[in-house]
Amino acid sequence: MGMAAAESQFHVLAVDDSLIDRKLIEKLLKTSSYQVTTVDSGSKALEFLGFREEEEQSSSSDSPSVSSNNHQICPSGVLNFPWNHQEVEVNLIITDYCMPGMTGYDLLKKIKESSSLRNIPVVIMSSENVPSRISRCLEEGAEEFFLKPVQLSDLHRLRHHMMRTKKQEKQENQEEEGESENKAEVQPQSSHQAQQQSNNSSSSSSSSNKRKAMDEGLSPDRTRPRYSNGVTTAV
Amino acid sequence: MEVALMQRRLEDYTKSLFMEGLLDAQFLQLQQLQDDSNPEFVREVVSLFFEDSQKLLNDLTSALDQQIVDFRKVDSYVHQLKGSSSSIGAQRVKNTCIVFRTFCEEQNAEGCVRCLQQVKQEYYLVKTRLETLYRLEQQVVAAGGSIPAVEFNSF
Repeated sequence: MGMAAAESQFHVLAVDDSLIDRKLIEKLLKTSSYQVTTVDSGSKALEFLGFREEEEQSSSSDSPSVSSNNHQICPSGVLNFPWNHQEVEVNLIITDYCMPGMTGYDLLKKIKESSSLRNIPVVIMSSENVPSRISRCLEEGAEEFFLKPVQLSDLHRLRHHMMRTKKQEKQENQEEEGESENKAEVQPQSSHQAQQQSNNSSSSSSSSNKRKAMDEGLSPDRTRPRYSNGVTTAV
Repeated sequence: MEVALMQRRLEDYTKSLFMEGLLDAQFLQLQQLQDDSNPEFVREVVSLFFEDSQKLLNDLTSALDQQIVDFRKVDSYVHQLKGSSSSIGAQRVKNTCIVFRTFCEEQNAEGCVRCLQQVKQEYYLVKTRLETLYRLEQQVVAAGGSIPAVEFNSF
């Protein structure tokens, strides 16, 4: 399918306060042929991503439309393209949940609230199988919830999210030429994932049907979130 | 000793670690991740585990030695120990940590002290055995042999 070239460029930012787990996730990701950067805290991750507090403030309101020059300038002041948010492109963030200071959940929220970072897929890892925690993360826009220790087979699912985001960003870029109205439409996959999640447990809303149809078009082989399989391995 | 014999001895020893429940499948995953680009991977991760655990056990010992025990602090140490032991597949350390955490939740100081003794025992046991495993591996390598791969479902 000619994916090999694109895959080799995928860059994953891994966040974990445990050195052992950083070593492990780094090795797992490298074995899966991703480029890897590891950091030991959420704040370092944000620093690496070029996240700025003032940007967070301007985009923390419900209105997703942000003046275009705000996210076109990267921290060094160099003009940047809208689809290449930071100096080093990060295609996916995988973060531990339980960390001192900023938790993985806090990091996820900051990323999803940021106009320039919210399209980056985020995956949460945790050693504890707490259903409320899992659904909270998925509702906030996490793509997956992996139970630790993460297995090599888990990581095959990452490629999926990165491919889809690439496609989506191309699309978004085309839509963005001229108008900014579409931005509200081009949300990350959070609503879909959360909906899929709530379908499993309780009632579902039909608010994101359009998005859902589109997602399924892009990823027909999407299956249940990984955490439900991981229950057995966590015992 | 012949290389084949050393290899056999190593294989039996490795299997015994799994059969006694000291290690679980996660340790095999570490072994499988080790390749030519990183031939000391398992050794490095296991060494980190030793350093990390030793520090946490010291922290736990002094935390439980206080007049008024800060159970949240104790729990956070046990949580870390549980995480690192499960990451390297030190199953019995991990399982003891799970019990330990229930005593933290109950704020049961006596139970916590008992669990600390138990987790120390489990830790020193797996440490000694892993060190022996490494020594046997080194002997095989020094004799020019390769380290036999162990399948988890082969025993």
